Amino acid sequence: MELIRNKPEPKEAAAGVIEHDAVAVNDPARRELYHKREQIYPKLVQGKFRFAKWVFMILALGAYYLTPFIRWDRGEGAPDQAVLVDFANARFYFFFIELWPQEVYYITGLLILASLFLFLITALFGRVWCGYACPQTVWTDLFIAVERLFEGDRNKRMKLDKQPWSVDKAWRKVGKHSVWILIAGATGGAWILYFHDAFAVVNNFVTGEAALTSYVFFALLTFTTYTLAGTMREQVCTYMCPWPRIQGALTDADALNVTYRTDRGEPRGRHKKGESWEGRGDCIDCKACVAACPMGIDIREGAQLECIGCALCIDACDDIMGKIGRPKGLIAYDTDLNIERRVAGETPRFDLIRPRTILYTALIAAISGLMLFGLANRTELSLDSYRDRAPNYVILSDGSVRNGYTLTVVNKANESRVLSLALQGDPAFTMRVLGADAEALAVGPDETRDYRIFLNLPREAVDAASEPIAFVVTDPVTGEVAETPSVFQTGEMR
Amino acid sequence: MAEDQKKEVDGYSGVETTGHEWDGIKELDNPLPRWWLWIFYASIVWAAVYMVFMPAIPAPPGMDGHTPGLRNHSERANVHAAISELETSRGPMFTQLQQAADAGGPAAIESDPALLNFALAAGESAFGDNCATCHGAGGQGFVGYPNLNDDDWIWPSSFDDIRATIRHGIRWEDDPDSRFSQMPAYGRDGLLSRDEISAVADYVMALSDMIEPTPEGQGAGAEIFANQCSACHGVNGLGDQSIGAPNLADAIWLYGSEPDQVRNSIWRGPYGVMPAWNERLDETTITALAAYVYLRGERAGDSFADLRDEMAEELADAGR
Repeated sequence: MELIRNKPEPKEAAAGVIEHDAVAVNDPARRELYHKREQIYPKLVQGKFRFAKWVFMILALGAYYLTPFIRWDRGEGAPDQAVLVDFANARFYFFFIELWPQEVYYITGLLILASLFLFLITALFGRVWCGYACPQTVWTDLFIAVERLFEGDRNKRMKLDKQPWSVDKAWRKVGKHSVWILIAGATGGAWILYFHDAFAVVNNFVTGEAALTSYVFFALLTFTTYTLAGTMREQVCTYMCPWPRIQGALTDADALNVTYRTDRGEPRGRHKKGESWEGRGDCIDCKACVAACPMGIDIREGAQLECIGCALCIDACDDIMGKIGRPKGLIAYDTDLNIERRVAGETPRFDLIRPRTILYTALIAAISGLMLFGLANRTELSLDSYRDRAPNYVILSDGSVRNGYTLTVVNKANESRVLSLALQGDPAFTMRVLGADAEALAVGPDETRDYRIFLNLPREAVDAASEPIAFVVTDPVTGEVAETPSVFQTGEMR
Repeated sequence: MAEDQKKEVDGYSGVETTGHEWDGIKELDNPLPRWWLWIFYASIVWAAVYMVFMPAIPAPPGMDGHTPGLRNHSERANVHAAISELETSRGPMFTQLQQAADAGGPAAIESDPALLNFALAAGESAFGDNCATCHGAGGQGFVGYPNLNDDDWIWPSSFDDIRATIRHGIRWEDDPDSRFSQMPAYGRDGLLSRDEISAVADYVMALSDMIEPTPEGQGAGAEIFANQCSACHGVNGLGDQSIGAPNLADAIWLYGSEPDQVRNSIWRGPYGVMPAWNERLDETTITALAAYVYLRGERAGDSFADLRDEMAEELADAGR
């Protein structure tokens, strides 16, 4: 009470609405080349977007921290972790999918799909990825929530930082940083669980028996989480991340963005009780939107590079609009085009279907289709052949020609197989498999095995410099067939 | 004094100058970036710590050339440790290979897929280090250096024979067990005239259908062959592995099949040498090499033996 009495009366932007003493620290007008960072103290807001962000945060973090513990039975000898990147054995497991290193194109496809989804979402709704789903945003949001828990909301935090050091300030700061480090440690700790058996790693990690790389990546991710979400925050988005720069090429005038509807808000100014709303805008310049912004900008300046589209200013403004009895949505997901339309007396509209969105959707459909086709037709038996280059061919004493091949049989199934090998090509070829019978090539479960093959062609059958051939293996039990083309070099110069 | 030396301040940036001037261009005395300074200080601290723990300071002779440091780190020792670790890890496989080869020969190696792949891999590695210089990568051979992939073996070609050849070499004079034979240098030593050499070369080339038979070849050439060559190369020119006399009737020519190359071989009497490897390589490596060569080569006995029989029949039919 003492403190409040000593302070000047807070200004009112309208009846019952305090005008925030908020400055958009990253306002374009304040921009300089060598600008020292100013701390941003985002004010807590309530509203549907804030609620959506809380829900998404819980789902995203829950999935991240808990996924490694989900089990998935793959039978004897195979790991039972649902999602596992097994570098030691060069396998990637995702529930029912098991990928080998040579199938890395699925990962490529997944990354391309992810980019295209981002493009599409950006073309439709602006930077919703940045605002809701980006790990930087999610963890920063969590860290700010922790900060609020220890140091209070915006005004209290600002006051605390200006205070000289005291026991109260010290415990709040120590508490905040301790919890941050705990969260950061859990983040780094969860990361390594994706690369080894989660339960074993947790146990080994505590007893000091885990691999050095586990500790290194734990330390690395703990450090980056702590610094990026704790101390760097909006600077990551503004200065480090390439995504905002790419946005310019991906959005257009039709993309929804967090927009201050100037047609409704201007001219802005304080509103006194009982005053008419005629001839003035709905913005009472209370700066609630600026106080809520985690990026330190004033959304009323229009679309800005720093804006991550988190929509917290929408919640802040809607709250104020409710208090002063004006319709909500002074700040909303909208486009500048619609502002122009309203000014011109037209009906605002939102075009979901545009050449850009059609193209992105078509590309997504094509690539997902391709990947699904590949996955559905993925064989568990594959074959490669490597023809000897030294020597390229061997002339035998009766003039016949021999070529050597290494045949690599890949069995991705979890059972061993006995395959029969056949040769496609000139029937004059004779085939010999070193150390095995061509009718019974054994290959173990989940194994890659090499066989040496010798092909002989009698002199009288030689009629070209090279002859196309193909090796075909057949699993007589499952009926699976794998084939690999090759050539037979005769050394004839024709 | 201090007044005189007062630093000049640049009017535009408000930063002191260093006082250095080049053609009117002055250098601003901006402070070093703080991040740079911190890295610099950290490097100094790191260097001090490094010198204590790691070998760093050169010392006079007798002190091993340098201070050992608290960690007593040595790259050389690490390499030795790594090599012996590797040898220990490979040891059991080599022992298994040696035992299988001694007891059951190549059949025992071929019947065990793991052992077969190990023998081929170990053999390929040793072959590349020791043999490829002359025999070529993969043993494809060059003129004068036999191709090891074919079925034309100059010396006996069983697995144990190949091991013996690798151990003791060919015409390696320091090793009494080395394989030895010598073809006379018919031309250089004046045993045959140029015309005689030409005639016998015609005869030899006609044996394997390299050229059409010539009157000189079938006349004088045949006679010279019977007198001079058939003792080692056989009446039909089919050679004799036990004395290292090559088959002259097949499609494979170690010293080349062009007429000049054949005549040159008779003129100078080839004397190919292969070193004995038993002092340089251990027995297990020799076994791996022999397995590699044996398994990749073709065996005399299929195409070659058939040909030999066929030709012998033909010659018998011709009434020679």
